[in-house]
Amino acid sequence: MWADLDLLGFGPDGWGQVLLHAAVMSLLVSLAAFAFGIVLGTLVAWARTGRSRLLRSLAGLYTAVMRGVPDILVIYLFYFGGRQLVTAVGTALGFAGPFDISGFLAGMLAIGLISAAYQAEVLRGAYQAVPSGTIEAGRVVGMTRFTLFRRVIVPQAMVTAIPGLGNQWQSVVKESALVSVTGMVEIMRQVTVAAGSTQEHFLFYAAGAVLYLIITTISGQVFRIIEHRGLRGQLAGER
Amino acid sequence: MSMDFFLTTMRQLLAGLPLTLNLGILSLFGGGCLALLLNLMRVTRTGNAVASGYVFLFRGSPLLIQIFMIYYGLATFGFVRHSFLWPFFREPYWCGLLALILNDAAYTSEILRGGLRAVPKGAVEAARVSGMTWPTVLRRVILPIAFRQALPAYSSEVISMLKATALVSTITLMEVTGLARALVSETWRAVEIFLCAAAIYLALSLIVTQATAWLERRLSPWQFEGNR
Repeated sequence: MWADLDLLGFGPDGWGQVLLHAAVMSLLVSLAAFAFGIVLGTLVAWARTGRSRLLRSLAGLYTAVMRGVPDILVIYLFYFGGRQLVTAVGTALGFAGPFDISGFLAGMLAIGLISAAYQAEVLRGAYQAVPSGTIEAGRVVGMTRFTLFRRVIVPQAMVTAIPGLGNQWQSVVKESALVSVTGMVEIMRQVTVAAGSTQEHFLFYAAGAVLYLIITTISGQVFRIIEHRGLRGQLAGER
Repeated sequence: MSMDFFLTTMRQLLAGLPLTLNLGILSLFGGGCLALLLNLMRVTRTGNAVASGYVFLFRGSPLLIQIFMIYYGLATFGFVRHSFLWPFFREPYWCGLLALILNDAAYTSEILRGGLRAVPKGAVEAARVSGMTWPTVLRRVILPIAFRQALPAYSSEVISMLKATALVSTITLMEVTGLARALVSETWRAVEIFLCAAAIYLALSLIVTQATAWLERRLSPWQFEGNR
């Protein structure tokens, strides 16, 4: 099989070009899901630490459900459910089918929602680690709640949250492989197609795994650098 | 969703529960044993490198690709097809189980490593001085302390393995998710059926959460005395 490494190259028989393209799509769907997850996760964390008992229990329920249900089921629900919804709305508005929603959208929403539950836990922990004295001081000098959030809470909480968010990003990248079940062409889907058409199953799945390893390793380094930069102030203070 | 449809669907999906539990329990057991081995390997330098490499490979890539690599990929090699192992690698069940075990071992070995690091050196020395052999020290001192320490993280791993069993439905195994997919292609009532399947997994994960919380209270009662 090693004689067939040309298959991975960029030559006329090579799948290199499409695999790279697929890797970019994997990255894009992961980035979109992660961004959606961090926004929603912040809201969930805010609800969980807030004063309203109703919001607190709703947020708790959300986290429990998302952590207890397999990711692939959530993706199926969004993909098929979204299609049913679009079809229902489309037919009601008088359009002729067939209707479909993009795998990218369904995957991004599903993975983002799952990731939000985990990110909320990370962010909640980080928020609770912010010294309460700094928040009181901010309030005393007359900051509005938004300014307080932006200038006091976020900068301090982010430093604590970065390792946890980094782990979360790694899981988002790995979960993005599941979006292949919707037919969206990302790494997993592309290597399956390539493996089927060349009958070199092991070679292409191994290539796919290597692409994921490259993404997770490089982004792990990026998070380590960011963590180090975030800690700069504290490290300088200790000197 | 009518009550009737709900009950029929639930009955049909629950038929996959034995396989889901079978895969979940066996992969946790196999993964746990392999994780212990990986940690024992870390005593030597090469062993440590091998264990780190293993963890890096299996934690850095998605489980789905690992499943496909074993099920579809290994069959590419003639020597696998002609070996005595072929009856195993031909079956989706054994391939799925193997992938789950290998994947679980990588995550569990890291959890266990954290637990082992928390074992006080003094406890081990005291056990050695009082004449325990190494296997006894491992069984009576190191593992109980490490297990207690690792339990909270391990409970999330148990839940994530139960959820991971859903992925073997992609290689035609008929556990809860596989049955749900088959039902959907018959009836096209995707949302209701997948919600039923989700409820089954949710119930399982709640049971695991409760059970480990109980176990944690049993194993380290002193940590919970203040709450009484």
